[in-house]
Amino acid sequence: MTVHAALQLVNVSAEYAPGQRVLDEVSFSIAHGERVAIVGPNGAGKSTLFKVIVGLMPHLTGDVLVHDHSHHAGDCPSIGYVPQKEAVDWNFPLTVLDVALMGRVKELGWLRFPSRKDREAARECLHQVGLADLAEQPISALSGGQQQRLFIARALTQRADVLLLDEPFSGVDVEAQNAIFSILDDLCARGVTVLISTHDLQTATTRFDRLLLLNHRLLADGPARSALTPEQLAMAYGGRLTFWQNGQPVTVTTDDGCP
Amino acid sequence: MLSFLLDPLQYTFMLRALAAAALVGGVCAVVGAFVVLRGMAFFGDALAHAILPGVAVAYLWGGAEGPLFWGALGAALATALGIGAVTRGGRVRDDTAIGVIFAGMFALGIALISALRSYSGDLAHILFGNILAITDADLWLIVGFGGLVLLGVLAFYKELVVISFDPTHAASMRLPAEALRYLLLVLVAVTVVVALKTIGAGLMTAMLLTPAATAALLTKRLPRLVLIAAFIGAGSGVVGLYLSYYVALASGAAIVLVVTACFLMVWGGQAIQRQMTAR
Repeated sequence: MTVHAALQLVNVSAEYAPGQRVLDEVSFSIAHGERVAIVGPNGAGKSTLFKVIVGLMPHLTGDVLVHDHSHHAGDCPSIGYVPQKEAVDWNFPLTVLDVALMGRVKELGWLRFPSRKDREAARECLHQVGLADLAEQPISALSGGQQQRLFIARALTQRADVLLLDEPFSGVDVEAQNAIFSILDDLCARGVTVLISTHDLQTATTRFDRLLLLNHRLLADGPARSALTPEQLAMAYGGRLTFWQNGQPVTVTTDDGCP
Repeated sequence: MLSFLLDPLQYTFMLRALAAAALVGGVCAVVGAFVVLRGMAFFGDALAHAILPGVAVAYLWGGAEGPLFWGALGAALATALGIGAVTRGGRVRDDTAIGVIFAGMFALGIALISALRSYSGDLAHILFGNILAITDADLWLIVGFGGLVLLGVLAFYKELVVISFDPTHAASMRLPAEALRYLLLVLVAVTVVVALKTIGAGLMTAMLLTPAATAALLTKRLPRLVLIAAFIGAGSGVVGLYLSYYVALASGAAIVLVVTACFLMVWGGQAIQRQMTAR
């Protein structure tokens, strides 16, 4: 038993249509301040898992616990969801500060406008992701990496201490990727728990202490070396897969997908 | 020049028409900003047509003096909620659901109207508006419901912005995203009904979309965009009405032509500006 898990899933199953199971009895527990990558092929259920955790999609069985509060309870702390940057229209007439402030909307409550204090809090979050200078700029002026960082700032103004990042490294260059990692380092040092989904095994194995390998079921959970054995990767990805390990290309071939 | 502006004002019907044109132009533009940003253009157009059966039933009930406003309001709300329900869960694509329901409602309206021979003249008024026939009672309905719409937008501004920009984020914060989506649909529905007698169903889209589309070319800030759109909408209403008074044009068409000219001038001006700076 974990003493205090920031995020815990217990036997969570979900399906898109009756009989079409996307998640099958997924259980794991992430400790306070831990940084975990969730990897798996396209269609493995990574996005679905996130939707279930955030509460955007119902689950059939099991439970999601945030700081030991069940999902279904009213007092469940909110989770910061950082969607893929393609999820929104970046020509929307908003400033960087406007979007950061959106994280406060729920907490502000109905019929109230953000105060100076809220603005200051949002600016502070923008500062943490290195966007303070761009606060008054329209969001259409941001680069891909900056868009991703703005989403992180929005989750921070929400005062969420569990962040879910959906494929944050897709379509950003190495420099932007490093910038995101240094933000994540800061956050982890402050006790923010981070769960990231990625299909980039290279990044996942080199920069995360712990990996979850998902293909509808949770196939492995642990440090990169033990979680991503060739056999397990073959099970997750099926077919033929090449990746780099210790500077050597390793090719895995199996005859059929899932045994 | 002064008499050019003041002459029409000696007629009470012109005063009422000017007030209606300015109010309707402003309200349409404010709600239209969200219609443009959420890509709901087709929805606005569909609603304007789908109110026909409501108006027809009200006409059957009490003739030209019947409760047309309330009939329209009932039909608009029913259509908005119906479209909201059918598109919920994503089993039917939005534009498909809107097209199905809007065409069905419009057909029902025409069927009802075709049963009444005397109605053809009034049908033209529903499609193209009849701003000069605005009564004091009409004006009060416009003020009341237009005000209600503006209050609704102001009260739920920050929530409406969040669901327009990123509905997934709204839901992840546990905002009632579905209820807010319906709220926006209802606001558009009420706006369409408020504007019906002034602009008419056929030209409604222009008053919803064009001021906001023009303002979107001028600013990248939403509050400013809404204000500029409201100004363009209200101003076009007034200018268009003067135009129709002096040139003897259909008023709804004149207003829409003015607002379209606004858009083309801004868009064209910016295109020329880009050409100049590119050189």
